[in-house]
Amino acid sequence: MDLARFTRIDPTTWQIEPHGAMRVPAVIYADENLIRDMDDKVFEQAANVATLPGIVQASYAMPDAHWGYGFPIGGVAAFDPDHGGIVSAGGVGFDISCGVRTMLTGLTAADVVPVQTPLADSLFRQIPAGVGSKGAITLDAIDMNAMLSGGARWAVERGWGDGRDLERIEEAGQMAGAKPEHVSDRAKERQRREMGTLGSGNHYLEVQAVAEIFDAAVAQVFGLAQDDVVATIHCGSRGLGHQIGTEFLKEMVVTAEASGIALPDRELACAPINSEVGQRYLGAMRAAINCALANREILGHYARRVFAQFFPNCTLQLLFDVSHNTCKVERHTVNGKRRELFVHRKGATRAFGPGHESLPAALRPVGQPVLIGGSMGTGSYILVGEASAEGKAFSSACHGAGRALSRHAALKRWSGRKIIDDLASQGILIRSPSTRGVAEEAPGAYKDVGAVVAAAEHAGLARRVARLRPLVCIKG
Amino acid sequence: MSHSAAAPESKAGWEHFPHDADVGVQGWGATPAQAFEQAAYALTAIITHAEVKPQVLVQVRCEAPDLELLLVEWLNAIIYEIAIRKMLFGRFAVRRIEGARLEGALWGEPVDVERHAPACEPKGATYTALRVAKNPDGAWSAACIVDV
Repeated sequence: MDLARFTRIDPTTWQIEPHGAMRVPAVIYADENLIRDMDDKVFEQAANVATLPGIVQASYAMPDAHWGYGFPIGGVAAFDPDHGGIVSAGGVGFDISCGVRTMLTGLTAADVVPVQTPLADSLFRQIPAGVGSKGAITLDAIDMNAMLSGGARWAVERGWGDGRDLERIEEAGQMAGAKPEHVSDRAKERQRREMGTLGSGNHYLEVQAVAEIFDAAVAQVFGLAQDDVVATIHCGSRGLGHQIGTEFLKEMVVTAEASGIALPDRELACAPINSEVGQRYLGAMRAAINCALANREILGHYARRVFAQFFPNCTLQLLFDVSHNTCKVERHTVNGKRRELFVHRKGATRAFGPGHESLPAALRPVGQPVLIGGSMGTGSYILVGEASAEGKAFSSACHGAGRALSRHAALKRWSGRKIIDDLASQGILIRSPSTRGVAEEAPGAYKDVGAVVAAAEHAGLARRVARLRPLVCIKG
Repeated sequence: MSHSAAAPESKAGWEHFPHDADVGVQGWGATPAQAFEQAAYALTAIITHAEVKPQVLVQVRCEAPDLELLLVEWLNAIIYEIAIRKMLFGRFAVRRIEGARLEGALWGEPVDVERHAPACEPKGATYTALRVAKNPDGAWSAACIVDV
């Protein structure tokens, strides 16, 4: 992007001044290289979000921002229902509550490397991944509604999880305000046999080793030391969330027009929070959040089962579980006033700083773990929320590396087979039903995750705690 | 990835076009119905490049306020059938587009992970880069971004 289009506030804060129908400025957090390489569409989409009714303070984009649909991926925006604020199905996205969880194995790389190959094979066999995979769980109508209301708590009660996990999951594992009755039969049908499946695309299960510690004190609170091994899962609400997103997007195009909201892009389809459609979407979207929380809990349970076959005493203690496609009601200080806002994060992670009331006692002194998925070759990061992020972007940070190249371009440039072989020679085992899928997710198709998290840290959104290198990656 | 139908006079075909995180599908043909069919082939090609045998017939119906939104509905109807039946589709017929309503048929087979090696799961067709229009050369084009 042309840097001249921005007001540079500081080296990592770039402001788009309000123009046209923008009600507030748009702010992109990134270093100069990242912003120069960003697609012009991020500028356009961040500015479009700033035109929506009831938006508070600014429309934000994180350092990993890229061209999305409606909102940029990496977009954050808060809306006030008392000022005509809206909720947007496009602003949450199709994969509602897609997120990341990281579990501590209590093992070191030296323990895992000798069994790396059979461990990779077992995880690939026992965790359903990819198109056409079938979960072992089929839900009837009663179970479906219980799952949509109960989230990870439901999974634990059904024996597919561990009660100790719940305080380490956002919303204590159960999103309040879910309304299963607002989830369509088609959405439920899509989920009937999908619980405990990983999905495909950029979703994965990885076994990772701590490669570098940036903040020893926080790392100790998180239970992370050099060479420790963790298991990380990235996935969301599967077909149910996709179907809810699809249906409400269609409906909100009509209601936005009926409410007199001029949409610069149909994908920004939205409804006033204080409207029948807005409330119905919130009830369905929260049910989809519970679906994602339950799904990650079940996948965590499966991972535990596989690890226990190799290491009988290994329990996989949950470090944290974050979602990065959501709309949540949160209280934030704006111009000295506490206000209740509907914060949309589309490809952005909630990042509460130290002392936040929602954090469990063990984490409260240091802040929330912010889990950043990288690409399969380059590794991932664990950050910690900073108090300064509240004023910067309603306590939000980046969510991943962000794509630099389209799947299309990646496929032209790389062979999946060669990537698998090259990574194997570096000690990283990839298991996937599709070599083409691997090529599309090639490490080189992603931005430099190190630069993204450094920019997030510099901007005061979240601070680096540890870098993880992959040992095993299961891709759908 | 692109493909043109065998007979050049049919002026039908499809291609993928790039998007940062997802995939654009575009179909073209002599009529909107043909362009929609071609866009459906492009949708299947997101998942697999392998042959999909037309063993099972599934009928779909959908409706939308205009032709562009109808394309999204058509693709989403296919995505829904893929998801609930765990099938892939390799042949498509849009039998009728009347006003805002579409009747179509899909032929396919259950996913065979080994043979189809599915690369990616489409989550939903989007309104981004959505365009259904008659080109100056008289051919119809139908395109949008699919979230994967």
